[in-house]
Order: sequence, then structure tokens, then C-alpha cells
Amino acid sequence: MLCIDGLTVSVGAKAILNGLDLEVATGEVHVIMGPNGAGKTTLANVLAGHDGYDVDGRVTFDGLDLLTLTPEARAAAGLFLAFQHPVEIPGVGNMYFLRTAVNAVREQQGLPEVAAREFLTLARDQMAVLGMDPAFLTRFVNDGFSGGEKKRNEILQMSLLEPRLAVLDETDSGLDIDALRAVADGIERLRSPERSFVIITHHRRLLEDVRPDRVHVLNGGRIVRSGDHRLAVELEASGYGPTLAAAPA
Amino acid sequence: MSNVVDGLVDREYAFGFHTNLETDLAPKGLSEGVIRFISTKKQEPDWLLQWRLDAFRHFVTLEEPTWPNVHHRPIDYQDMHYWAAPKPKGPAPKSLEEVDPEIRATFDKLGISLAEQERLSGVAVDAILDSVSVATTFKAQLAEAGVIFCSFSEAVQRHPALVREYLGSVVGSRDNFFATLNSAVFSDGSFCFVPAGVRCPMELSTYFRINAAKTGQFERTLIVAEEGASVSYLEGCTAPMRDEHQLHAAVVELVALDDASIKYSTVQNWYPGDADGNGGIYNFVTKRGRAGARARISWTQVETGSAITWKYPSVILQGDDSVGEFYSVAVTTNHQQADTGTKMIHIGRNTTSTIVSKGISAGHAQNTYRGLVKILRSASGARNHTRCDSLLIGSNCGAHTFPYVEVKNDTAQVEHEASTSKVSDDQLFYCRQRGLSEEDATSMIINGFCREVFDELPMEYAVEAQALMRLTLEGAVG
Repeated sequence: MLCIDGLTVSVGAKAILNGLDLEVATGEVHVIMGPNGAGKTTLANVLAGHDGYDVDGRVTFDGLDLLTLTPEARAAAGLFLAFQHPVEIPGVGNMYFLRTAVNAVREQQGLPEVAAREFLTLARDQMAVLGMDPAFLTRFVNDGFSGGEKKRNEILQMSLLEPRLAVLDETDSGLDIDALRAVADGIERLRSPERSFVIITHHRRLLEDVRPDRVHVLNGGRIVRSGDHRLAVELEASGYGPTLAAAPA
Repeated sequence: MSNVVDGLVDREYAFGFHTNLETDLAPKGLSEGVIRFISTKKQEPDWLLQWRLDAFRHFVTLEEPTWPNVHHRPIDYQDMHYWAAPKPKGPAPKSLEEVDPEIRATFDKLGISLAEQERLSGVAVDAILDSVSVATTFKAQLAEAGVIFCSFSEAVQRHPALVREYLGSVVGSRDNFFATLNSAVFSDGSFCFVPAGVRCPMELSTYFRINAAKTGQFERTLIVAEEGASVSYLEGCTAPMRDEHQLHAAVVELVALDDASIKYSTVQNWYPGDADGNGGIYNFVTKRGRAGARARISWTQVETGSAITWKYPSVILQGDDSVGEFYSVAVTTNHQQADTGTKMIHIGRNTTSTIVSKGISAGHAQNTYRGLVKILRSASGARNHTRCDSLLIGSNCGAHTFPYVEVKNDTAQVEHEASTSKVSDDQLFYCRQRGLSEEDATSMIINGFCREVFDELPMEYAVEAQALMRLTLEGAVG
């Protein structure tokens, strides 16, 4: 589904990703770990089409040349990014935002709009599952939300947009136990043979609830080690030190 | 981001058509003769002619004010017509059906087909093309409730005592440079009178449009709500595209007697001039209301047009416990300049005022908020809350805030909050990642910024205002 081939990314003179290769097959859950500054968030941003980076290499997504597409076209193709720091949009109701997003994607996919009433039912169902207060819908997008509420809101958006590929950028950071469980449940419920995940995380805790197919260690702008879910356990026990020391420079 | 800014600069004015009507013009220039000409055309009583002449004699002693934060070439007050009326093709229309089809077509293009309005929306429209009120709908239904809603000229003929009692009672004939000019030459406008205890049964609406070239438009609007009465009124404005500037100097007076309530909403979309700053309306408007005990006056304005906007809808909080409100969105793009805000004059005890001003600038535009909160010695327990937010789009525009506060009573509470922000790249990226186009994302963020003000507009106009904002700020889109 996603094939990253020799991805090189820099900002000005500073190289961030340095020939990164990664292949994610349909239905797989991949986890990317790595020390601070390794380029994890940059990878997520570049996949979603954030500008301001010098990008080289090739990324195909369901056969599309991803790097040539606008962010909204990537969204329409089924790519979703759960942001590490979801932005606040004062004055724009959450319900309105969610429905506009869903319908914008549907429009680009040639599907009819979801009517307000029907959407409300959908949203309420998803929110009940995520343990979110219905008052969420009438608040402004992320405005005055706690950290946990923002992350749940990202998962809610993911649930409603039903992407082909979800990239989650530290969605589990800074969450209490309940919020973490809600996020994990949200991911597990969406997991399907047709949908893939790239989960960027610092913590093994999430992986107790969401068992990944592959775990990768990102350092110095490329993937230095890959393994199955046991790699995450090992990393938590020993830190990144041994892995990075053993990896080729 | 840069695409959006380009879109702003490229925007075109969607209402720039001009209707070919034969027009009855006064000779160019300003003189006692022209004022007598206007007064005669309108068959006015002598007291009104004398009122106009007094204003004119005062006007010639005045200098145009220089304090506003706007810049323009000098206005030649002798090089314009002060009276323009579509030449009647027969006797005056008695009903909508008799209105000149070309005039009707103009309004249809504006999207306010009178017939449609009458049938569908339940909004009574007093449509003013240049200086003459074309048709007034719903008169009968309003009359049943005792509400008078007609053109100013008609009010002078049919309700002279009311006009004489209230005309100039809030904005005097010598009030300021532009209001004095208006008092001398005002052509038409709307008059509304809601008797004691009556809640006006529908939204009232006036649509102004400047059509003739080299014409100034000087409407005079007077709204009186007697004790316990209430009325909601909306004006909308457009003008065709022309190379030269046109002057618009209107006066609006609101009188809310004890326990009365007046809500006055404006959606102003006069022609703003082209991308290089040529042409466009100079909009110098004086709007003021006087509130009796426990009365409420609320101004809501969405200002997207005009080359220059100079207006400060104000409230004199005369009666105890009266309430004044001002909700404003002012959008400037290209070379537009806006110097706008409000004055809240607290005289009565426990009077309350709220000011929410949202300024949006793009291109090379300059957007100024200028507000005065004045608490007189008599206004014990007065309260004011002011919020001024500015949003900048691009890096060549400016936002300025001049809040004046004068407090003479130490039991008063005055609060002022201000913020300046930009549509951030992070917000745009977030929305686009969710599938919204850059234009839709920008529009959504800006509408969110204006939310508190749009919420104050009557429902159907809130939708219109959002559409207008989109049109104004995105040009190429929609």
C-alpha cells in the first residue's frame, strides 16, 4: 500500500531524513520508534504533504505518486494524519468541521454528501464508543481542549474519515490511562485487512493493546533496525543505546 | 498561503453592473440653489427647507476632518451631483408590478427580487435606487400592526409631525462635517416608526444601490421605537464599478424610548475600487442611537466594501439601565481603508455596553478600529466590555487600534481586550489534511474568527454574510 523509496528530506542546509526506505503492506500495522530528533514527525508531515521541506525520493501510495499530490488530494486518496499537536480553530464548531471534512473527502471521491442529521447519528455513535461527551460536537475545534481531549478528537476524526492509511504521530503521548485505552480501542476497532497504520510512538504501553506487525527504529534519518513486536519490548528494557551502537552509521 | 493571497488580489467585484436608466440630475455642485432644487423636487414643507439651508450655511464654514487614519485625494464637493433620480416613464408606481422592469432587473441581479422577497422571505424591503425609493413591500401588513415603514420622502409628506419631532434629535444638522453635508442635501432614505408596546411583526430591510455616475448618495434613515416597542432592521448596500470615486455620506438616527429595543444590522458591500486603488465608494457615515431607560440598541455591521469606510455607529445610553451593543466585522483587501468603530456614551446609571470588533486585512489594506467609551459623572455602576481582534492575511496589510476611554465616575467598570493574529499555516495544513481545499480552509478559519458577530445577524443574513466574506476574500472562488 505504502512504499517509501530513498526518501531524503532537508530544511535549508539541515538534513533530516536520509534515504529512508519503508514498505507497509495492506492491513499491516507498523510502529516507528526512535530517539528525539530522529525525524519521526518530519516523516509524518512529509507523507501528509506539509510544505517547507526539500524532498527527494519516491513515495507511492496505492500506486499514486504521493509526493506530487496536494495535502487535500492525499486525504481524498485515504491518507490520514493524527497530529501530535492538533491545532485550535476558534469559532468553528467541531461538528461542522468534522462533517465538512468528511464531505470534502467524499466529494473528491465522487461520493454523495452525508446529510447533517445522518452525520450527527454517525458521530454520536463513534463518540459513545470513544467515551466522549456529546458536548464535544458543539465546542470549537480543539479550542480549550485538554491534551487528552485533543487526541481523542483525532481518533474520532479518523473513525469518521475511515482512511486507507492512518499515520499516528505520538497520539499516545501525554495521555492518562483511560485516554490511552480509548485511543488503543479506536485503533483496534478500525484495524482491518483493508487498512494500514503507521504508528509513531515513544511508549511500549500502547503496543500492549495494539499489537504491531512490524517495529522499526528510526535514527539519523533512516531506519536502522526492524523487527516484530518483541523489538519494542527489548527497546524499553535496554534503551536505544545498544541498537544505535550496533547499527551502521 | 501565497495562492490565497493572489486570489485576494485578483478578486473582482461581483456586483459591478450598471443599469441604463434615464436619470433626472441636479446640476453639479453645491449651492443654496441646488438645495432649493432638491427640496422643491421633493415638495417639502418650508421648515425642512430651512433646516437644510441652516445645515448648508454651517457646512460652508467647516473643514473636512483630517484625524481619520485614511488617505485619499481631496474630494471636490463641487464636481458631483447631489440629486439623481431615475426618470419616471409614466406616473409613479402604485404597486410592485408597476415598477420599471429595468429597475426590477437590477434588484434581481442583486439577488433581492422584490417579488421573491414578498412571496418567500417575509422580509419587507424598502429598495432605494440612487435617491428615490422604488417600492415598499408589505406596507399593508405593517400598517395593521401600526408600524410605519416607508421612504423618508413619503414620511415627510404623510407623517410630517413625527419627522419634525425626531429628525436631527440624535444626529443634529450641525453634528459633524459629513452629517452636516447630509443634512443639507439628503435625498431619500427610510423611515420607520413602531408605536408603544408593538413588536414589529417582521424583519425590516432596506437595500441601497448607487447607480448613476458622479453621484453622491446621501440617505437619511430615522427609526423610532416608542416605549416598549421593538424592531429589527437590516440594510444592505452595493454599487456598480466605476473608475472615479463616489461619495456616500449617510446619516442614521435611532430613537429607542424607555423599554424599547432596536437591532440595526448592516451588510455593506459597496464597490471597493480595483486592485490598484482606482475608483470605489468613499463611505462616510454617521450612525447614532439614543436609548431611554432599560432600552436596548444593538448595531451589527459586516463591512466588506468601499474604498474608504469611515463610520462609528454609536449609542447614547441616556436612560438608566439602558444597553448598547456594537458587533462589527470589517474586511479590507487590496487598497481598501477602513477607520471604523463605535462610541458608547454612558449617561444613565447602571448602563451597559458591549463592543466586539473583528478586523480582517489582506493585500495592502489598512484596517483601523477607533472606539470611544465615555462614562459621564452621572453614570454610576456603568459597565463596558470591549474586544478588538485583528486578523492579518499576508504581510503587506496593517491593523490599527485606537481605543479611547474617558471615565468620570469611579464606580464604573471598563474592560478592554485586544488581539492580533494571522491565519496560520498550521491551521491551513490541518484543514487540508482533512480534505478541505486551501480556499475552503481559509474561508472556514475566517468565518470562525467572525463567528461572534455573525451570530448576532438575523439567521438568513448570517448565511449571506458568510457567502459575502467568501466572495470578498477569495475572488477567484465561487
